[in-house]
Amino acid sequence: MHGSVTVDELALAEELAGSGITGAGRVASADAAEYAMRLGDDALVLAQQLGMWITRAPELEEDVALGNIGLDLIGHARSLLHYAGTATGRSEDDLAYWRGEPEFRNAWLFEQPNGDFAHTIARQLVASLYLYELYGALEESADETIAAIAAKSVKEVDYHRDHAVQWVLRLAGGTDESRRRMILAVTDTWPYVDELFVDDELVTRLAADGVAVLPSTLRPAFEAAVDAVFTEAGLERPTGRTAFIASGGGRAGRHTEHLGPLLAEMQVLARSHPGASW
Amino acid sequence: MTDPEIPVLTIEDLGVLRSASVDETGAVRVQLTPTYSGCPALDAMRDDVVLALTHAGYDDVSVELVLAPAWTTDWMSEAGKAKLRRYGIQAPTGRAAARDAGPVRVQLAVKCPRCDSLNTRELARFGSTSCKALYECRDCLEPFDYFKVL
Repeated sequence: MHGSVTVDELALAEELAGSGITGAGRVASADAAEYAMRLGDDALVLAQQLGMWITRAPELEEDVALGNIGLDLIGHARSLLHYAGTATGRSEDDLAYWRGEPEFRNAWLFEQPNGDFAHTIARQLVASLYLYELYGALEESADETIAAIAAKSVKEVDYHRDHAVQWVLRLAGGTDESRRRMILAVTDTWPYVDELFVDDELVTRLAADGVAVLPSTLRPAFEAAVDAVFTEAGLERPTGRTAFIASGGGRAGRHTEHLGPLLAEMQVLARSHPGASW
Repeated sequence: MTDPEIPVLTIEDLGVLRSASVDETGAVRVQLTPTYSGCPALDAMRDDVVLALTHAGYDDVSVELVLAPAWTTDWMSEAGKAKLRRYGIQAPTGRAAARDAGPVRVQLAVKCPRCDSLNTRELARFGSTSCKALYECRDCLEPFDYFKVL
């Protein structure tokens, strides 16, 4: 149980229509804001990617499923980025639309292209199994706002992981072609796993205060979950391959070539009409 | 006050209304909690609450949106579940608190809200809104929405 944390402090206040809402406004420390921005950017970039599947998924039900998962992730991103913005007086929209590539803090996994459906599912599997362990642990965060967002998000991510797991089983156990593609997708995705579990200076400092969780401590549970799925699917967990992460990687604002075009599409409308609102 | 997406359920049935109080000066304070993080119906619900209270003669109304504790379908009232079924949406089966936490999940049968048959199948886990899955009854052959346990 956590204290009563209002969404006004966390997110929706300015964006929700109507008025009469006042929030006490819990302000994030500089470190907590940076941490919330990492988590928020992971969710935002992944949501944007999933949105690209709408009208293009293999079946109508998947358009809806990926759209709904993206919507949950947008919800998480809004709460997290709003909280991150309290440290510097920026709104969630300022952070989403008016930062350039080097200011984004997402890990490389989330900006890897959708590829074919199997690649999207492999990315979803890694992302949702990781986020499930992360948010589960953050429910106990000493930062009440982060704990509240995590407790809300973990239940939704549980459905996302179920979705990914079911598809991994189906593709791996389907036709020769679907199995071939699933294996290739897992192989291509795995080099981006390591970055998720790096303990850098910021998380180490925040973990000492009980605000963050050390990513390395999540890895055994993540791998056990992956192994349970892969055993059922007859797949092997790739080992020994890791992406070359330029100094600091996504958490330090150094990104692969895929983030730029994604941001351009996401930000063009807001930047063409600065200050416009619904 | 009903849910804009499921007009047979009040926000109290749904568990979205967490508290409402009036102080001695006549100021009303209402607490709402979102169902899913990205649920767009929350904006509409908040506006509807302000409108309804204003029409009822209260001019000092504040609506607070609360994230913790996180909303769960366990809060849905029994009356609400019965109304849902009559409307053609199967209510959550089982309790969120008792969900199996393993990564490879066993699916429980969901009853058809029209003919009560357990001979149904899931067409899509993500249905018309975030909170629902789409099912089909193999006996009466009707499709129906199922309100997922969260």
